[in-house]
Amino acid sequence: MSMHQRRLDLKTGCVDLSHGAGGRAMAQLIAGLFHEAFGNEWLARGNDQSAFDVATGRMVMTTDGYVVSPLFFPGGNIGSLAVHGTVNDIAMAGARPLYLSASFIIEEGFRFSDLKRIADSMGEAAREAGVAIITGDTKVVERGKADGVFISTAGVGVLPDGLDLSADKARPGDRVLLSGSLGDHGVAIMSKRQNLTFDTEIVSDSAALHGLVAAMVAAGGQGLRLMRDPTRGGLAATMNEIAQQSNLGFRLQEDAIPVKPAVAAACELLGLDPLHVANEGKLVAVVAPEQADTVLAAMKAHPLGRDAAQIGEAVADDHRFVQMATSFGGGRIVDWLSGEQLPRIC
Amino acid sequence: MKYADEFRDKELATGLARAIRAKADPSRAYRFMEFCGGHTHAIARYGLEDMLPDNVRMIHGPGCPVCVLPAGRIDMAIALAERPDIILCVYGDLMRVPGSRGSSLLKAKARGADIRMVYSTLDAIALAEQNPSREVVFFAIGFETTTPPTAVMIRAAEKKSLTNFSVFCNHVLTPPAMRAILDSDTPIEIDGFVGPAHVSTVIGTEPYAPFARDDRKPVVIAGFEPLDMMQAILMLIEQVNDGRHEVENQYRRAVAGGGNQRAIKEVAALFELRDQFEWRGLGSIPASALKLRSALAHLDAELRFAMAERVVADNPACECPAILRGLKKPVDCKLFGTACTPETPVGSCMVSSEGACAAHWTYGRFRDHQRRLAS
Repeated sequence: MSMHQRRLDLKTGCVDLSHGAGGRAMAQLIAGLFHEAFGNEWLARGNDQSAFDVATGRMVMTTDGYVVSPLFFPGGNIGSLAVHGTVNDIAMAGARPLYLSASFIIEEGFRFSDLKRIADSMGEAAREAGVAIITGDTKVVERGKADGVFISTAGVGVLPDGLDLSADKARPGDRVLLSGSLGDHGVAIMSKRQNLTFDTEIVSDSAALHGLVAAMVAAGGQGLRLMRDPTRGGLAATMNEIAQQSNLGFRLQEDAIPVKPAVAAACELLGLDPLHVANEGKLVAVVAPEQADTVLAAMKAHPLGRDAAQIGEAVADDHRFVQMATSFGGGRIVDWLSGEQLPRIC
Repeated sequence: MKYADEFRDKELATGLARAIRAKADPSRAYRFMEFCGGHTHAIARYGLEDMLPDNVRMIHGPGCPVCVLPAGRIDMAIALAERPDIILCVYGDLMRVPGSRGSSLLKAKARGADIRMVYSTLDAIALAEQNPSREVVFFAIGFETTTPPTAVMIRAAEKKSLTNFSVFCNHVLTPPAMRAILDSDTPIEIDGFVGPAHVSTVIGTEPYAPFARDDRKPVVIAGFEPLDMMQAILMLIEQVNDGRHEVENQYRRAVAGGGNQRAIKEVAALFELRDQFEWRGLGSIPASALKLRSALAHLDAELRFAMAERVVADNPACECPAILRGLKKPVDCKLFGTACTPETPVGSCMVSSEGACAAHWTYGRFRDHQRRLAS
């Protein structure tokens, strides 16, 4: 049933309310833009859902929402970020991500060309990560009711046999490993914010971490207690979350925590602590002391863990303090971020 | 990071810590107030307390402008921002400062007030140009350091003949606050002051002379880097040991004796002293704050919008007044860490990370438990 229809004007056209109305315009947007970008056998069948084989063993599922501003930033955009963020949430369980869903809430007037850039980079990020976006949804809201585009995702993955990572599993004596430098994503976003534009070479670290995770699991699976990606609230929030869940404290070494000079300089100017700034391509792992060196070596051997470092260890502490020996020679607490540092970072 | 790491060097710090231990007379106590929140933050963030002997104690002063801004001024700003014709421009760290009954600019914004966070005074000018049908008000706050940028903004507004722009002025002065602490009714326990860094780049060293001469308190002006602090503490110990009480300048790389004359003149041209100004934690202090000169009345939001002065009493259980005078420590306050935390600050010292209580809560509270264990 082929009917003549004007092609989507991807150069100068924009989304209007009809593209979310369930009619022909919406079908055209989905087929002409999203299917094109995500291209896979599931979407090609055109159903409201997709069927896939279920693995034996345990699966993981996650969901996430993306409202980052600006939509395009050095090192990525909301589309690649949505794929990386969802993949990473699955990967932090030690799981292999398989399938994603993507739901778009688009503001009336949003340009097709921008939507295509976003969808294309989502498709590319998914292909690179070896996952498929197999179902989705499109809604359009009136101008002013959203800010360009918001993306919601879900993801499923499959766990290796016997692996059960959880943030309540850290024990005193465990080592804390960090996969690389802190604060790149937050500073990259901030450098493009209205009122604040500054020149920096820093690009977002947005990346899918499941390859790095697989290497770590292979190297020291039984010694891995947990992994977590320090996104909003930064490393400080992540370490405090783990301390709460595992009912212990941490001792970190500021000297051991990698921060790029340009990130440190931007934080200095803006009065921020790099430990509070968001990351989108880094992970923290808590590992039994016997396996720490092996896992760290596996991290360093992977391109996304080249700058990995052991940054501290878990200690028994009823107060669950995350303490840090400062580079200067004193000690301090690494506390949760108080209030809001930067809205809409991811 | 060049020009910063040099002042955070661990080996130099270790050397200074050794010198401080050698110079500090174990038979006496040294109690020094760092006036500025910037110093308080440096002490907490770099863990300086761990590097000082037990008989050298730092008392965290009131030099954090958002901390000392009283609830009444926040209430006035909220009332103004709730008018539909107003865009209120503020620095981000003001958003969470508590007004009365749990209010804040952040909450007012959530309820619909048009409050914009700006990073520069000139952003406010740009907003006024972009919104000719709205009234743009800049919430000016800060010590002598941030008054010159407000002056630049006022000049820019005059030059552009903006008719929809005004300033809610809350600029305060350092020396009168130091005077209020020294003259308080209860005896204070301060042996010397670490003098402000950035403030002194503007006002110079001379305004501190009376504290050294008349009150016989050593003053050492210091930079905000941790090594600056360590060196200033050493210099204060030496003054105390020698029985001297002078104004010394550790921060020579930025502070000239006469200050920044151009900034001083410009501020004097545009601002005049208020008779009284309320400080959170310190009460009303005479001649301690600035307002726009009467020739600039059209730019003064308080006059332009007939803003009524509001005075809100501090919480009587809050120990900030005693903490700011060095008489008590944060842990001596029963609100500390219970009713009063950085998320729900009650007193001035908890409002920003430069306040004594917030700095101790955020960076140093583990020491309370260490002390408890040790005893």
